[in-house]
Amino acid sequence: MRANRSLEIGTGLFVLLGFAALLFLSMQLPANGLKFSFKKPAGYDVTAQFDNIGDLKVGAPVRMAGVRIGQVTRIDFDTNTERAKVWLRIDPRFNQIPADSSAAIDTEGLLGGQYIAISPGAMPTYLTNGSRILETQSALVLENLINKFFATQANSHGSHGDAKESK
Amino acid sequence: MSDGARVGVLELVRKTGETGIFFVRLLAACVPALGRPRLIIAQIYNAGARSLIIIMLSGLFTGMVLGLQFYDVLNRFGATAALGTAVALALLKELGPVLTALLFAGRAGTALTSEIGLMRATDQLTAMDVMAVDPIRHVAAPRFLGGLIAVPLLTAIFTVVGLFGAQLIGVQFLGVDHGIFWSQAQSAVALKDVTEGVVKSVVFGTVVSLIAVNEGYHSEPTAEGIGRATTRTVVASSVMILLLDYVLTAVFL
Repeated sequence: MRANRSLEIGTGLFVLLGFAALLFLSMQLPANGLKFSFKKPAGYDVTAQFDNIGDLKVGAPVRMAGVRIGQVTRIDFDTNTERAKVWLRIDPRFNQIPADSSAAIDTEGLLGGQYIAISPGAMPTYLTNGSRILETQSALVLENLINKFFATQANSHGSHGDAKESK
Repeated sequence: MSDGARVGVLELVRKTGETGIFFVRLLAACVPALGRPRLIIAQIYNAGARSLIIIMLSGLFTGMVLGLQFYDVLNRFGATAALGTAVALALLKELGPVLTALLFAGRAGTALTSEIGLMRATDQLTAMDVMAVDPIRHVAAPRFLGGLIAVPLLTAIFTVVGLFGAQLIGVQFLGVDHGIFWSQAQSAVALKDVTEGVVKSVVFGTVVSLIAVNEGYHSEPTAEGIGRATTRTVVASSVMILLLDYVLTAVFL
């Protein structure tokens, strides 16, 4: 009876562990899966609005001079301003960020993920819980740049051609 | 064709047929075997729970080495942010199912073969037959089902442990950002990739368990015969896993 009991407990533990792993793989890992939010990192919340957030994702780091100071906790669309609204959770150690600092969305490396870079301002007041970063710079979308480049190329070629024809 | 080659080919065909017939008999015996879940639970414990340590250790080190290798390669392109994606997809789609199945064949498949082979050699299976107890239903089917249930669960555990192993190396030691590692992994993995891993693990579990049980059941009733059957289990399982892995990947892509 004792041996039987420990066998059942062992099997039960194994099966539960296996299903927990399967659940993690099928719900937590895929992008379209259901996410449980674990403990939120400590710190204070700051919001910023962007015209275009590009490929920014929840969990992306917030950096200042390249040093990680927090992370993106939520991304939403603001229907009033018709811009993307991003919530940043800043580590409480960094509580002296000037209130007129600006936020930009940068890309890490060539194929890397995007992050928010904060450049400090000069005001003597600091960002606190609930404050908003006013000055923002949108993500650089490479495709748009290339399109623009080719558009201008085509235009200049076009005008060139017209000039020739008119001659 | 030389005589040796002809005998070899004939033996391969015979073995395939033997396994196929045994598979059908096994499937027919699986339904009544479900009526005695205690036998199956004991086999899940034997095949699954007792393989847990080796699976978790292998998963951890596989993940860690993937973290190192992918970091090195991606670093050359300045794309270490893609580490999470690379590791998650590699583990989920390939290494998790394949390595788990190979380890399972070595750890549990051999044990199954030698156990059933010894039963055959000591006439236990014949004795069951004489008592009108179907040995396929009472010995082979619970072991087959136990393996079939254990392999997908072990694969999931292997993959998760591997992911955290890669995170340990990539984030803690090599300095990839924690948020980027997981958000890149999550954005790249679709439910289809998880399904691919699960389907592979179920197929591998079926094949490894079938080969192990069949080899044991049809082993020569001598000490030497059991040894040969055990070797055949490992060789046949490994080859079949890698072969089917290619076929399944081609189907899924």
